[in-house]
Amino acid sequence: MIVDVKSTVLPKILVFSTDSISDPGIDLAGASHMDYSTGAMVISVPCSSGIHPGWILHALKNGFDGVFIAADGTDCPFLEDCTARTGNIVAAAQALLKENGIDPMRLKMAAICSVCSESFVSHVEKFNSVLLKLEA
Amino acid sequence: MTEKKIGAFICRCGGNISDYVDVEQVRKEIAREDNVTVAGINMFSCSDASQEDMIANIRENGLDGIVIASCSPKLHLNTFRAMAERAGLNPYQYIQVNIREQCSWAHTHNKDAATRKAVSLVREGVAKAKLSEPLTPIELTAQPSVMVIGAGLAGMRAALALGEMGVTVYLVEAAPEPGGSIKGRKSLFPDNSSGHELVESLLERIRANGNIVLYTSAEILEKTGSVGNFTIRIQVDGKNETTLSVGAVIVSTGSGSYRPTDGEFGFGLSCVLTLNQYIDMLDSSTDTFLLNGRKIRNIAYIYCVGSRRTGKEGNRYCSRYCCSAAVHTAVRTHEVDPSIGQFHFYRDIRTYGAYEELYHEALKKGSVFLKYGLKDPPQVTEVSGSGLRIRAKDLLTGAETVELETDLVVLVTGMVPGENSQLIDILKLPVGKEGFFNEIHPKLRPVETVMDGIYIAGACQGPKTLSESVVSGMAAVAKSASLVLTGKVNLDPFVARVLTEKCTGCGECISSCPYGAISMKETPDGTVVEITESLCKGEGACVAICNEEALEIKGYGHNMIKAMIEALGG
Repeated sequence: MIVDVKSTVLPKILVFSTDSISDPGIDLAGASHMDYSTGAMVISVPCSSGIHPGWILHALKNGFDGVFIAADGTDCPFLEDCTARTGNIVAAAQALLKENGIDPMRLKMAAICSVCSESFVSHVEKFNSVLLKLEA
Repeated sequence: MTEKKIGAFICRCGGNISDYVDVEQVRKEIAREDNVTVAGINMFSCSDASQEDMIANIRENGLDGIVIASCSPKLHLNTFRAMAERAGLNPYQYIQVNIREQCSWAHTHNKDAATRKAVSLVREGVAKAKLSEPLTPIELTAQPSVMVIGAGLAGMRAALALGEMGVTVYLVEAAPEPGGSIKGRKSLFPDNSSGHELVESLLERIRANGNIVLYTSAEILEKTGSVGNFTIRIQVDGKNETTLSVGAVIVSTGSGSYRPTDGEFGFGLSCVLTLNQYIDMLDSSTDTFLLNGRKIRNIAYIYCVGSRRTGKEGNRYCSRYCCSAAVHTAVRTHEVDPSIGQFHFYRDIRTYGAYEELYHEALKKGSVFLKYGLKDPPQVTEVSGSGLRIRAKDLLTGAETVELETDLVVLVTGMVPGENSQLIDILKLPVGKEGFFNEIHPKLRPVETVMDGIYIAGACQGPKTLSESVVSGMAAVAKSASLVLTGKVNLDPFVARVLTEKCTGCGECISSCPYGAISMKETPDGTVVEITESLCKGEGACVAICNEEALEIKGYGHNMIKAMIEALGG
């Protein structure tokens, strides 16, 4: 379900995607005209294991309602343990958010592969709903 | 604040972007941004004319950073980096913003919201361009070998062409024998050459070429590495495992054939065959042409079976090759027995290009063509003792109802994606909405995929005739050979660097790096870490664990990412 922008203020979601894995999956969603919230905007990085927890806090303090890490998962071209490392980043970032009085629910991570267009759209829509509830 | 002069160019992409995003509004808002000296709109940024225009802008205005808001960087990042270089800019001071796949195409429902998002995305690009710096690519050695997966016609021709260039080729076929769908065919269209002879002659040349290693009954188990240096593990005959190092991969796994559902145009009745089944029958016939022991007097062909459908059943796409294949088969049938009546029930005939001659030949030899509509498709019923009856409305004669008694109904079915789920999982190749492998761009980069160094060829990409499959195989050969024959691959210089003024020398980053690229260094000001660039892969694992933010990846610096976040979030 797409939230009607005219009647609702859309949560702003910063998506950290990865150049070779999740970005193609997100591109595929657009190429397939799979609609999702216009509040979701992407910054690409080489690998989800390289996302600094401070960037997540920075985003939530600078206009974003949520951060979604579209992680490499097991497809990572760099690291076999990318999922565990990205999980550690999420844990560190959630601790940082708590210290700063920000609900850790505003951070979400899921592996998005290069063909996971439907999965990406589904995650964004669910996260959108979570963020709308947090705002209520 | 940097004094950079930045040019921002918004692409209409024909209407692919401007139909859903108000590009003039985006241009106006971006023109007001600090440091933006030039803000323009291009009809097609990738066109020669637009590139020349942007080069002139860069030179005349002394721009030292440019942003192009257009399609995915997967499509044109290299195009525009090369353009920046021609204009005298360092290519890494060019920033591409994706407002097509990640904006206009994803938000066709709301132009206002899509326009607001596009403005934010371009602002992010400008923020990145402001902090961009000149960088030099890293050169790595590429393996002088290519793996071709699938030994059908496209794969065999590709392997042979590469082998003749001196490239080591590993030709990997899942079936016990190479040749794909044509190996048993007696007469291939359009020139009636023998599929068996064609496969045998290619195999002979492949065996004689010392650069090609053929594996049959082989399965791909695992792929690691990246462009120029892939390591691929295969299993042969279900037991022997081999690990191969290649610089590039060509996937040419072919397609499947649509199988009608039971009862679809009479499918399941003994005298209703698919086109492939009928061609098999034709190939095995000699001077007598019998079906179930009876001489065939009439044949009815029903076109577009399973293709161009609007409901849930079948496929939405046109399979392209099947009209020509059916008409070629009809011509062959006329030649086997000119007394056989042949009736073609079609929706539209697509014997494109030179194949139109086949259509005229079929007409000359007595084939009758009747056009049916989607609303009134032909009805096939069994008639006791006399074969089949086909009833249809012929749109060419004012939708008059036509009834025909026939001995055989041939369902002209199209191509469907092959069963490639394991390969998709291993290679991570994207598939399109029809289920075939997706190229980056059908015209501009027709055999390249989003996975650098992996190319697609033949019918695994979509329905193709044999000659079209070979042409795409040759295109994949050209791309892969140009990559591996240079012996090197240029990678982006996005490796880690140490901000020594922030480094406390704690050394935690050393254990975080799986490549051993970080070590301690004594300086007059104390101990800090240093990066061995040749070992660094640039994934950034060290960046994430440094609380002091003393490590960053070039092109993805802390200040840059934070500025991009502020530009997007503001």
